[in-house]
Formats: sequence, structure tokens, C-alpha cells
Amino acid sequence: MSQRAKSAILSCLLLAVVLLAWHVGTLPKGGAAQAVDPEYARLMGLDKPKSDGLPTPAQMGTTIAKQLSDPFYDAGSNDKGIGIQIAYSLSRVALGFVLAALVALPLGFAIGLSPLIHGALDPFIQVLKPISPLAWMPLALYTIKDSTTSSIFVIFVCSVWPMLINTAHGVANVRRDWLNVAKTLEAGTLRTAFQVILPAAAPVILTGMRISMGIAWLVIVAAEMLVGNLGIGYFVWNEWNNLSLSNVIFAILVIGVVGMILDFLFGIAQRAVAYVE
Amino acid sequence: MSASTFLQVRGLAKRYAAAAAPVFEDVAFTIGRGEFVCVIGHSGCGKTTILNILAGLDAATAGEVVMDGREISGPSLDRGVVFQGHALMPWLTVRRNIAFAVKSRWPDWPRSRIDAHCQKYIDLVRLTGNEDRKPSALSGGMKQRVGIARAFAIQPKMLLLDEPFGALDALTRGAIQEELVAICAGTQQTVFMITHDVDEAILLADKILLMTNGPKARVAEIVVNTLPRARSRHDVHHHPHYYRIRNHLVDFLVHRSKLLQEGRAEVAANEESPRVVMPGLAEGDEAPAAPRPALLKQVK
Repeated sequence: MSQRAKSAILSCLLLAVVLLAWHVGTLPKGGAAQAVDPEYARLMGLDKPKSDGLPTPAQMGTTIAKQLSDPFYDAGSNDKGIGIQIAYSLSRVALGFVLAALVALPLGFAIGLSPLIHGALDPFIQVLKPISPLAWMPLALYTIKDSTTSSIFVIFVCSVWPMLINTAHGVANVRRDWLNVAKTLEAGTLRTAFQVILPAAAPVILTGMRISMGIAWLVIVAAEMLVGNLGIGYFVWNEWNNLSLSNVIFAILVIGVVGMILDFLFGIAQRAVAYVE
Repeated sequence: MSASTFLQVRGLAKRYAAAAAPVFEDVAFTIGRGEFVCVIGHSGCGKTTILNILAGLDAATAGEVVMDGREISGPSLDRGVVFQGHALMPWLTVRRNIAFAVKSRWPDWPRSRIDAHCQKYIDLVRLTGNEDRKPSALSGGMKQRVGIARAFAIQPKMLLLDEPFGALDALTRGAIQEELVAICAGTQQTVFMITHDVDEAILLADKILLMTNGPKARVAEIVVNTLPRARSRHDVHHHPHYYRIRNHLVDFLVHRSKLLQEGRAEVAANEESPRVVMPGLAEGDEAPAAPRPALLKQVK
């Protein structure tokens, strides 16, 4: 049997163990409640199955099936399907990420090419980089006065640093030989930048973009929990307020799967620009 | 400056720090049009730096380089460079690597014309069939041939080769050396080449510059290769001149490069330019248009 098949079997076994433990841990507790007067039980709602605790795997399965059967339903501002929520979150991430790339790539080029600019901007980058993007949120809400734009700004702030630093690093470390080839061939500045430096630094730049995208997807959930209104983060928080833990768990799974797909797509892009020296 | 002089180097010196001793100084030599010149010297004597200055990639601390009547002040398409580590761009195919150079030389050419021109030079270095492969899929010898094709494709007035075969095994090196002989003979290319390999220098060069050890290295001697120009590595060592030249070069590298460095003060006082020697000639042989026959006696 191949290594791959063995790994797959082991994965399935692990999943089965986790589901079994989950099932056993969430079995309804019988016995003690039976002694209560039926009238009292009815008044207290104890005759219905418990719905506010952790769901059993079976209940979880029903929730997933229900949510996925109609992911784009829209029943008012606080009741929208998971597809709509994800679409809102993704569009915010995409906008913030693209804006960050538009700033980080040219600036990273400048920093990588010019030690002067590098020296001048480095102190700012070192101070700004470790700040949690959510710390900007109050300032963003105060100045921008719009919750959606504020969350896009937060995504911008968190995804700009890995892209900026990796672009600068990649550009600064392009092999001297290739630059010398461009020089002896009298290739112009733009031609050297786009046909020599960019492809040479592309793998490092894309690594930075992949890290940025990972962070952006982490941050959007927290940002939407804060600003509310729409998106997967808000959905999680809303379902917590509804005490619907099965929906919360469902949302967590969706966040994980979407994050995995995003990372996978960047993995493909990375392989497309990779080269063997 | 005689009519056939193509490149003239005068008083060239390079120091990396103002206080440090120069790596080399008072380097002077000339290269005639169509001449193949090799430089031999130990590591650290500044051979690569001299080549970089000729390429326009590095600036000399003192001295001047005049090519074809104009002073060299930066990189130019007139000088094609083959780098030590081939320096191919790994994300481009063989054809696109050469096309990058061709496009630099003739920016207005249409794609089809560029491709046809590239193909001509790919065929010249016998890489036909490998046009669409990436450098990572080629052997070391093939990569170096692409580098040579790229340098030749821009049809430079002069070719600069920095130990192009240093990283190759002996068999591959021999094959490419012969190709280089054939290509240079066909194109009448002026070549300046750095090498560590004495046999390579004798096979390829018309003139061999011998450099003393650094720091304060300089060109001590110019050895004229008196072997007839059409040479092949199979029979070149049968020529009577071969071992005389070879012994002279090896003797220089083993003993005299060091002695000359130490005793350079008195030697330099007597000479304003390096002496020209023809170790290939035995007593009584006629020197073929020897520029300074009086100097020959000192060597023998």
C-alpha cells in the first residue's frame, strides 16, 4: 500500500475517533429528570429535547445539511445564508488585500532597490509591523465613520506588512549576475524591473502574499465580530447570541475550509512563478 | 596606437579602500582587431576585476581603457560578456534567454525575426532541439553554450569571457573549446578571456597576458603564441613550439609570478610596458613579425 493511502486511512480513523468521542460526550443524560412532575416539566420546557447545549454529531449533520441546502437565502438583516456571509467577508478581504498589494509591491521594489529608502522607512516598518491590526479599529471607525470601510482598512493594514517585507527582501536579493547581464545588454530601468527583477523575486513576493492572505482571513473574522452587520465573523457572533452552537461550529468549519482553499490557490500561483536555479 | 590596435589599456589600477594596497596597478596592454587574448594569473590578482572594467560593470581607480577610439565608461552592447557562472535567467527557456539579448540589441525587430536570429546562434553552439528547455534541464556544458550563444547573438565588437569553462569537466570543456575556436575563426571575433588553464590558453589564444600575484599585481609579460592558428586539441601538443610555450607559462605560474611580485620595484623602474616574449621559438627560428626581437634573448 502506498504511503498516501496509508495516510488517508489514518486520517479517516482519526476523524472516526473524534466523532465517536464527540458522540459519547454529548449523549443526553437520562434518569434524574424523570422524577419531576410532568406539569412542572412542561412549564419549564424540560419535556423537549435539550437544544442549548453542545449538539451531537447527528444534530450537527442536520445543521450542515440544512445550511448547505440553501446557502444564499436572505430572510432579513439578521438572517442570511452562509454563502452570502462568506461572499461579504471574501469581498472585504479581496478589496483590502488588493489595496495592500498596490501599495506594498511598488514600495517594496523601492525599498529593495534603494538602501537609502530602506534606511529611511525601516524604523516606521519595525514599529508599525507588530501592531495588531484590530488596534487600529477604533481609530478607523472614528476617522472613516463606516464599519465596512473600517474592516477593509484593517485588512489592508494586516496584509501590507508581509507583502512589503518580502517584496523588499526578494528585490534586494536578486542575483548580481542577472543584473549584470541586464546592464551589459543596456536593458532600460523598466525592462530590467519587469523582465529581470520581478520574475527573479516573484517566488519570494508570492510567499509574502500567501502569508498576507492567511493573516487577512484570520483578521476578517475578528474584525466582523467587532463591527457587526454582515460577514462570516458577524455570523459567528450572531449565532453565539442566538445560543445556536451547532451554527457556530458550522461557521467555524466553513472558515477553515475557505481558508484552506485560499491557501491552496496561492500555492498554485506560487508554483507557477517558481524556478529552479 | 597602430592601425590594428582595437583596445588599449593604460595605467589601469584598482584599490577597494583608499588606504589599502591596490589589487593591481600599472596594468597596460593592447588587443588588436580579431585577436584572441587570454589572461593567466593566480587567484586574487584582479583578473575578473579587469574584465569587469572592460565590460563597464566596474570602475577603475586609475588609468583608462580605449576601445575602437572611444573611452569605455559603462556597459555597452559593443562588448558581449560570458559570465563565470553562465548567469542564465532560470525562468526563461533557452530561446527566450537569447531573445532577451537580441531584443536589447534590435528593439524594433518583430518576434519572428528575433526568433530566427536566436535559432541561428542556437544552431551555432549545437543546441538545436533544446530551444524550449529551461536552464535547469540542461547540463553545465549546455548552459555555458547558451551563455556563449547569448553573447555572440548581439554581434558585439568584442567578447569578454570570464573563465567560461572553469566549472566543466575535462571532456565537455575540450568539446566547447573546439567549438569556440571554430566560431571565433569564422567570425573574426576579438576576444578577451580569463582562464586558469594553461592548455586552454595555448589552444585558444594569439597572445597570453601573464599577471603577477596580487596585491599590486600587473601584467609582467605578453607571450606571443607562435603556434599556427588552426589548432585542434588532438594534435596541438605535437607542434615543437607547444611544450616550450607550456613550460614557459607553467614556470611563470609556479615560480616567477611570486618573485616578480616581490621584486617588482626594480623591474618596474626599467619598463614602462610589459615585455613581449616568444618562448615557442628555438634558437635560430625566424620570428614571425616579432615586434621587439631584442627582448627574446632575455627569456631563453
